[in-house]
Amino acid sequence: MYDIKALYEAESVQHACALLLAHPEAKVLAGGSDVLIQIREGKLAGATLVSIYGLDELRGVAMEADGTIRIGALTSFSHITRSSVIQEHIAVLGEAVDMVGGPQIRNIGTIGGNTCNGVTSADSGSTLVAYDAVVELTGAEGVRRVPIRDFYIKAGKVDLRPGEIETAILIPKECYEGYKGHYIKYAMRNAMDIATCGCSANVKLSGDKKTILSARLAYGVAGPVPMRAPSAEAAANGRPVCAETVDAFAKAALQDVNPRTSWRATKEFRLHLVEELARRALAEAVRKSGGEL
Amino acid sequence: MHETQYKLVKCTINGKPVQKMVDVRASLTDMLRNDFSLNSVKKGCEVGECGACNVLIDGECFNSCIYLAIWADGKNIRTLEGLIGPNGELSDIQQAFVDEAAVQCGFCTPGFIMTAVEILESGKEYTRDELRKLLSGHLCRCTGYENILNAVEKTMLRRLGKLHD
Repeated sequence: MYDIKALYEAESVQHACALLLAHPEAKVLAGGSDVLIQIREGKLAGATLVSIYGLDELRGVAMEADGTIRIGALTSFSHITRSSVIQEHIAVLGEAVDMVGGPQIRNIGTIGGNTCNGVTSADSGSTLVAYDAVVELTGAEGVRRVPIRDFYIKAGKVDLRPGEIETAILIPKECYEGYKGHYIKYAMRNAMDIATCGCSANVKLSGDKKTILSARLAYGVAGPVPMRAPSAEAAANGRPVCAETVDAFAKAALQDVNPRTSWRATKEFRLHLVEELARRALAEAVRKSGGEL
Repeated sequence: MHETQYKLVKCTINGKPVQKMVDVRASLTDMLRNDFSLNSVKKGCEVGECGACNVLIDGECFNSCIYLAIWADGKNIRTLEGLIGPNGELSDIQQAFVDEAAVQCGFCTPGFIMTAVEILESGKEYTRDELRKLLSGHLCRCTGYENILNAVEKTMLRRLGKLHD
């Protein structure tokens, strides 16, 4: 039995918004793989909850008419990995969320919960930031769209207003078309572990595969929230596909990050990972794009 | 003192339609054990780490300790008890766990077997490394996992007609 003060089940998105406005102290319960654990641990004991788990209209991955990929906020990690739209257009996201927890966690955990927690180690976070994803938020007054980079405010804090829930993650066509990406999760175990550092790189090459037209890089656990590495990107954009470019890209990333020492790893070790993972992730993204180093 | 909230949950458990008034604070583990005496569903870590409470919901594996009982409304739930034949016969995967000595204390076994059922019912052939990943949501402190992998792998190959013994 969970220590829950009161639980309200939303029957629609609008009902969820109304319940949250009526119960401002309530926490949103999506899949529960974080919230229910925090109740068990005592951190959220006695919480009031608004469950949105039953809102099947927020599940699934779809391609919209303008080429935008829409991922419903309650889509589970395993369904993202199995989605043909994801596999064809942004395979790295399916690969990244396939590293969350273990199989049962990936069946219950949702992309909406993973982003709304505002946790830097979220395996979806760095790839969504690297692809300039847009967060769709729905409240009583309507729908807002916020670039995911602005959505993350600080550790554990995202730009969710009272009475709002995340309804979808959107990835516009220009953000994924022509790009291939690679995600590396560095952790102590291959399953049921949290990233010591996560690194997601993606790249668009010229037709002859000799020049990097655009490279994007983002990290988890290299700062308080998932973050982009603009210096690294500037060091690679327009440069030839070669080992020197990859090296300059990786070294420049160190200017963009701000990791801390925690019980998982020291700051120094995380800085080492920031550089090395960037090198390996970009090299793999180039290889996936048909380039040769 | 606030009033306890209840909800009527209608679902199918091991092929049988059932309904029950459940406390909204109950986990699915609580409901399956306390209301339906399905004691194969173990209470282990209760935070979704160990897999001992794993059951199939609409064909996918879930740790029932972190799944609210109220969410089971309208769902098709299967536990280890549902695998047993009409006269108490073991299913092939259960027999394989016995034959391969994949059981010692037995606490993790029902959870492992239900994940194995999802794997086997996919009808796909997986490599040993893929099986390792698919089974990675379960902890076993007795067997060292090798015999569990052997049991799942052999049953998979038998069902695919690729292992004759």
